Amino acid sequence: MGRVVVEVMPKPEILDPQGKAVVGALPRLGFTQFTSVRQGKRFELEVEGDVTPEILAAAQQAAETLLSNPIIEDVVNVFDATPAATAVNA
Amino acid sequence: MTGVEGARIGVITFPGTLDDRDAQRAVRLAGATPVALWHADADLQGVDAVVIPGGFSYGDYLRAGAISRFAAAMTSVADAAQGGLPVLGICNGFQILTEAHLLPGSMVKNDHLHFICREQVLVVENATTAWTNQYEAGQRITVPLKNQDGQYVADEHTLDELEGEGRVVFRYDGWNPNGSRRNIAGITNERGNVVGLMPHPEHAVEAGFGPDAAAGARQGTDGLGFFTSVLAALVNA
Repeated sequence: MGRVVVEVMPKPEILDPQGKAVVGALPRLGFTQFTSVRQGKRFELEVEGDVTPEILAAAQQAAETLLSNPIIEDVVNVFDATPAATAVNA
Repeated sequence: MTGVEGARIGVITFPGTLDDRDAQRAVRLAGATPVALWHADADLQGVDAVVIPGGFSYGDYLRAGAISRFAAAMTSVADAAQGGLPVLGICNGFQILTEAHLLPGSMVKNDHLHFICREQVLVVENATTAWTNQYEAGQRITVPLKNQDGQYVADEHTLDELEGEGRVVFRYDGWNPNGSRRNIAGITNERGNVVGLMPHPEHAVEAGFGPDAAAGARQGTDGLGFFTSVLAALVNA
């Protein structure tokens, strides 16, 4: 079983209301070190067998067409995250 | 189509659509025939215009409107819109139109993070579109607003372009309820046949059910003009 991870973040210039809410709540719990929080999304896409370059390319394409909206979000990472225990060539 | 009597206006239902029946009712009250369209069916049944109603298609789980964009009916709507078919997207329908790239920009969560439901005053900025020609530029109308992801965003270049080309159709009057850029509540495409807005004109079409008005509580029918506008546009087409 192979796994591809896609990470999507709101664009820097887009106000991120969820991140703002979180950064407002942190000091109330005593976490005063953090001055900014941005909240994004992580997708885990599983495939039968190995994660090939073709699979990664397809994941990249899915990331840019469906998993993110390029007007408000950036795809910041697409990578092979196959768990070591199940990787055929681990 | 030869006149208002024969006008057939399609209303698409997606999984999670809420306001399809209200949109059909608005079409009927304006004097046209509503045609129920199903998201998985590419056949638009020869309708003269299409309304993409509000709701939470696919639960908004990925992004509002993101999955609906790929529905068979939306592929047909995108093609027909290029040919001039009048298309109105309300709330989630507006979000679907931006995801489908039929309108620029996108919607993100309201700046105050709350779901909001209120009677909203809008300024009609563009009274020449297929869906607003029965209003006057500068007119103020009151229709319900209810959304969670209603903050309209676009880059500065796109916003300048929209303003410069008169494609801002509605602005929020007074308080901005969701932090939308430049108080934008609704926009149109270059041709003026595709209009999207966050507030809900289909909930303000019949006395007794709409917002409060000078005549009394729940008497407001300011939203009916959308549907009479499209009929006028079809007659004059």
